[in-house]
Amino acid sequence: MSIRFTINGVEREFAGDGDMPLLWYLRDHARLTGTKYGCGAGLCGACTVLVDGAARRSCVLTVSAVAGSAIRTIEGLGASGLHAVQKAWIEEDVAQCGYCQAGQIMAATALLERKPDPAPEDIDAITNYCRCGTYARIRKAIARAAREMKK
Amino acid sequence: MSAPVPAVSRRAFLQSSLTASGGLLLTPAFGPVALAQDAAAPPNPLGVYLRIERDNRVVIGARGAEIGQGVKTSLPMIIADELDAAWSDVTVEQLPLGIDFSGTTPQWKYGPQGAGGSTNIPDAWADLRQVGAQARSLMRRAAAARWGIVPDAVTTRGGHALHPDGRRLSYGELAADAAALALPPDPVPVKQRAEYRIIGRPQRVVDAADIVTGRARYGIDVQEPGAFTAVMVRCPTFDGEIASYDDAAARAVPGVRAVVVVPGPKPGEPLAANLATGIAVVADDTWSALKGRDALKVEWTRGPWASESSTALDAQCAELLSRTGQVVHDAGDFTAARAAAARVVSARYRVPFVSHAPLEPENCFVHVQADRARVIGPLQQPAGAQRAVNLVTGIPRPAITVEMTRSGGGFGRKLTNDFVAEAALISRATGLPIRLQWTRSDDLQHDFYRPFGHHELVAALDAAGSVTGWTHRLASASKYYRRANVKPEDLWTPELYPDDFPARLVPNYRLEWHAVASGIPRGSWRAPAHTANAFVVQSFLDEVALASGQDPLALRLAMLGDDREFDYAQHGGPKFRTGRLRTVLERVASAIGWGRRPPPGRGIGLAAHFTFGGYAAHAIEVEVSPRGEVAFRRVVCAIDCGQPVNPLGIEAQMQGGTIDGLSTALNLEITIEGGRVQQSNFDGYPLATMAQMPRDVEVIIVDSAEAPSGCGEMGIPTAAPALLNAIHAACGVRIRGLPVRDQLRAALARAT
Repeated sequence: MSIRFTINGVEREFAGDGDMPLLWYLRDHARLTGTKYGCGAGLCGACTVLVDGAARRSCVLTVSAVAGSAIRTIEGLGASGLHAVQKAWIEEDVAQCGYCQAGQIMAATALLERKPDPAPEDIDAITNYCRCGTYARIRKAIARAAREMKK
Repeated sequence: MSAPVPAVSRRAFLQSSLTASGGLLLTPAFGPVALAQDAAAPPNPLGVYLRIERDNRVVIGARGAEIGQGVKTSLPMIIADELDAAWSDVTVEQLPLGIDFSGTTPQWKYGPQGAGGSTNIPDAWADLRQVGAQARSLMRRAAAARWGIVPDAVTTRGGHALHPDGRRLSYGELAADAAALALPPDPVPVKQRAEYRIIGRPQRVVDAADIVTGRARYGIDVQEPGAFTAVMVRCPTFDGEIASYDDAAARAVPGVRAVVVVPGPKPGEPLAANLATGIAVVADDTWSALKGRDALKVEWTRGPWASESSTALDAQCAELLSRTGQVVHDAGDFTAARAAAARVVSARYRVPFVSHAPLEPENCFVHVQADRARVIGPLQQPAGAQRAVNLVTGIPRPAITVEMTRSGGGFGRKLTNDFVAEAALISRATGLPIRLQWTRSDDLQHDFYRPFGHHELVAALDAAGSVTGWTHRLASASKYYRRANVKPEDLWTPELYPDDFPARLVPNYRLEWHAVASGIPRGSWRAPAHTANAFVVQSFLDEVALASGQDPLALRLAMLGDDREFDYAQHGGPKFRTGRLRTVLERVASAIGWGRRPPPGRGIGLAAHFTFGGYAAHAIEVEVSPRGEVAFRRVVCAIDCGQPVNPLGIEAQMQGGTIDGLSTALNLEITIEGGRVQQSNFDGYPLATMAQMPRDVEVIIVDSAEAPSGCGEMGIPTAAPALLNAIHAACGVRIRGLPVRDQLRAALARAT
């Protein structure tokens, strides 16, 4: 039996191994490579996507576990022009290598959708790794995005 | 008007031509063959340095491997400024590896392309300014011809040539005329500092829009038609071999196409290609390959290092330091200084193995065919990738093309091309185009780790508190492990840099080294030995100051003394200026308010160090709770990397280096048991998260007219010692062995 879900608003159907992590489905099958592999154990957050609005680590989430869900990836975030979070990331020049940033942006988006005015402690709750150490600029970008999204 | 012309080979190094759309193309020129080409011949699309289109777009080829250090932005800025282009007109395209093999020795087509030692900016300063300046000279001559005036009367600004009467022509309008002109036979003058309009001004990462939308291409994203995904299992013990294996279940996994043995180096052989013996599973997609790998049954031999452990290595170091080692530097007479000293201070420190752990694990696309090969990957040393493929396939280097994607971090890991060699071996064995993917476990278990070592420092002081003698004795597992052509007597050279502070500042100065026997592979970890030695030396300086009743800042300034220039023979030389180190130290001390008395439980620490041509310092204020929890109150760093090229990028590198240094010092260590690495994912190797790191890292960039150094590695070495000095100031506990982990909690619990 095939598994159905939506990715960035598009209906998808998958008839393969339901144990496949969503990450590898996104990357190898849906060819949405913006979502990155970092650890395969849900520890680093490079693979963060939104599943029904919540930030989830797609490397430890099987395809069968997201049956019926609405999945949003970095490719869908700015589908109709850059999202405020993406703009803020550019404005604050957050990226160094940039590899973790899609996951960071998805985690920040989930936070801002839940908490439009996050305190520093709320931002602390984002545990995505940035190996380049862009944390200070991530904080600034989240604050900027929060201001923009309130306008 | 103009600054001295930089040293550029008199051999013509550029050629100009007309693009199909009527623009100007500047490409590297090589010898008479290249120069004899028809100027209107179709340009090699991969050979672009600089292209000016009729619509004024300026396309600049980025030669450096972009690993997050920002060279894809900063190097083109240098060309654009000398060209006097408008930065908003500039787009940047990554160049592939360019090596010209037509002469007797291979030559860079575009200049050096590796990312190591923070050399991209200083290398570019020597040649890329000339590229922009030559293009600008063509524009001025083309405009002068149109207007019937002398070229010297034409000025330029923002992508336009300007007539003294106010008329202007855009570079796009002049491009076709310029393409018909001969390039200047000699280097042309470059700008003076006051004329910079792009250099020294903050510019954002050129790929930012692609990065935030997920479009930026990393090695892991390479999707070549017909490519298969491979994953490998490697022998977990150093230099072990396959005893037996059964791949029947693996081959039965749907999607698995092939299982191949990948032989590794024999014990003692140089680690020039791949690192370990293993078995590769080749499949239609990553998940199938991973499932196939799980289904493999492999028995390994334990190899010659099976009894190696971190505990045994600690014991080995202690034993070595009880004896006299190889004296590698000996100025003055330390023994006499010690005998005459009013006070002697000594301490031992421990620096652990650490892993690079770039967030993008190693991966590479390689397609080996009968007479050629193609490589696309996240590379730090693309020329090395070409050599590695040549080594394992025998395909001549000119027939191996190498493209660099963005790299999800490097930190030195991707300087070694073992993963490229593996992909080439798998492709050759299967005849298939292969995208090899490492897992995080592969990455942490099979790295070229930062060397481990025990350090003993001894300082002799006279009655006035001046340091008269200094010895640094190190027992370490040299980074030069199984490197071809390194003599045993030279194994110390990547471990101790004799011209580092306090060389020449202390009259009796001695360095001594012991080789630690270990089978764990070692390599270059961002700012290699500087991370170990700055931690040790800058921690010890505080110990010396406090033991002799001196202020740690005052002691450092007294030792540095007046502004003087010394020879510096190691990488980052040829000179070291005491005054520049002094300045960064004074700047951070002033910014953080050194000298004030912080509230109870808080402390401030300082450190300063010269790394690869750049001068950096940190001042850190922490609060240590009675239970030993460390909270950052303020983190300030200063950098003098000469003429700042991209201040926004410099700030990023210093912030990132600081976080790297702090995260590593607090939490990270690779340990060994039974001849293998114990850590296999981030649960055992926990990089710091946002909550654990300072909320801000303030960066002071010293304005300077000196030729620029890089800045990718300068932010790390002083972060750890400033932190540990701050912790000591806050709670009186001196941490001498990294990582900090729960040592502080334990020490404070003992104290109460």
